[in-house]
Amino acid sequence: MPLVYLDNAATSQKPQVVIDALARYYSAENGNIHRGVHYLSEKATELYDLTREAARRFFNARHAHEMIFTRGATEGINLVAASFGQAFISAGDEIIASTMEHHSNIVPWQLLCERTGAVLKVIPVTDAGELDMDGYRSLLSERTKLVSVVHVSNALGTINPVAEIVRLAHEVGAAVMLDGAQSAPHTAVDLQALDCDFFVCSGHKMLGPTGASILYGKESWLERMPPYMGGGDMIEHVTFERSTWAPLPAKFEAGTPSIGDVVAFRHAIEYLEQVGVESIAAHEHALLEYAVEQVREIPGLTLVGTAAHKAGVLSFVMDCAHPHDIGTNLDSLGVAIRAGHHCAQPLMRRFGVPSTARASFYLYNTRDEVDALVKAIHRVRSVFA
Amino acid sequence: MDLGSLYQDVILEHNRSPRNWGELAPPSQRADGRNPMCGDEVTVWLTIDNDRVAEVSFVGTGCAISKASASMMTQAVKGKTRAEAEQVFAQFHAMVTGRHANPADDPVLGKLKVFSGVARFPARVKCASLAWHAMKEALDAQP
Ligand SMILES: Cc1ncc(COP(=O)(O)O)c(C=O)c1O
Repeated sequence: MPLVYLDNAATSQKPQVVIDALARYYSAENGNIHRGVHYLSEKATELYDLTREAARRFFNARHAHEMIFTRGATEGINLVAASFGQAFISAGDEIIASTMEHHSNIVPWQLLCERTGAVLKVIPVTDAGELDMDGYRSLLSERTKLVSVVHVSNALGTINPVAEIVRLAHEVGAAVMLDGAQSAPHTAVDLQALDCDFFVCSGHKMLGPTGASILYGKESWLERMPPYMGGGDMIEHVTFERSTWAPLPAKFEAGTPSIGDVVAFRHAIEYLEQVGVESIAAHEHALLEYAVEQVREIPGLTLVGTAAHKAGVLSFVMDCAHPHDIGTNLDSLGVAIRAGHHCAQPLMRRFGVPSTARASFYLYNTRDEVDALVKAIHRVRSVFA
Repeated sequence: MDLGSLYQDVILEHNRSPRNWGELAPPSQRADGRNPMCGDEVTVWLTIDNDRVAEVSFVGTGCAISKASASMMTQAVKGKTRAEAEQVFAQFHAMVTGRHANPADDPVLGKLKVFSGVARFPARVKCASLAWHAMKEALDAQP
């Protein structure tokens, strides 16, 4: 039975070039970076920084040293919450997030607010699963220091109007962080055009290995922020009286990073560039429309998230079966989807469901696989209804 | 994988019409169970009379496995002493986690044997045991 993998919002499968790059790195290129004067250390350092340049190009950032390697979006958000928070957030300041955030874009801000006495404000979400932009405007004030919102929702697929969000925040002098974990794999992201102050992605959701991702920060912010972790590689000079920090990006990359994963991540980026993110987006959109058309016909099935602008995410509930039962049944038919709250419990509460079933598409999915999904959902109905 | 062993007819039937569904009026003992992985919730109420479970009920949101298991849990522990109820849970837990040597011949399990298939679906063990954990907590709760 062929596997139909429709859990791409959780993590993508990896192309052979990425797997080969990992194997090649550990067989022939493995050394620690920025240390030795020997061949392997120099080779590893060179490959490591090639990925940084590839990421700069892919996201159209101004400088390569604005691209900081992290393990994932979670680490990037926590880095900004800790470091930007330490430098720029104090009691009475306001941070804005939205109801559709992933827990990784909620909890770090709650922790920061607890530490500093700042206040977290929440943009409401409409019944269609779009951000309430009037609600957003009314939250903005001179107290707003940071707006951190998801670019594309992992639970609903909604593509948020981030350029407008950035523009409005900048009008009141607030910085903006975009959670691009679900946008980077599926839509073209031009950081200079968006003009956001921070951006995170998850490499493993965009064909890369687990363990290598990007935090982008504008140079002007990163220069003024304190280090997140202390250790090797991030210093200029250490004495017990006082240490000074290395320049960007090393200041934010303490310790030995996940070098092999970073090296292989470049091959994922180049793969996406070769296929073209615009054609990936178009392909997924066609699959989504094809899927929506068919599941709309299924009695007792309700779509959760019907925004006008959506990425390839199909979130739904059924009156006869709980998402868990849908997930297990689909799995037995070879169709892998996610069932759960998608690390977005406030959003689930907003829609009055404990969880949803979610199919999420990527460039390698086909119409036949959508057919398999729809057929499997019909089977669920025949068992439970 | 064959789903027949997981979704037995008895389980589907209890899912559609759960037994002992609803709240018990005070004074009763209650406890909540929550599965952080999927957001499912269950609340179990019970009353103890002369060291025996006199009444037991539940309300919750959850999958077919968790709902049917809660429903059959209430039937299994009603009328039992505390020690007997805990004993049934221990055997049930051993069965769904695959540590029970011979569930088929265990008289304590009775009808609960329909859940033996859960052991082959590790992701679903929590669903099957959620209401049982709540029941155990409710046994020790203050009325
Ligand atoms: C929107 C969104 N933000 C953040 C994350 C966290 O990413 P990671 O687990 O790779 O750190 C995810 C991943 O599920 C996500 O979908």
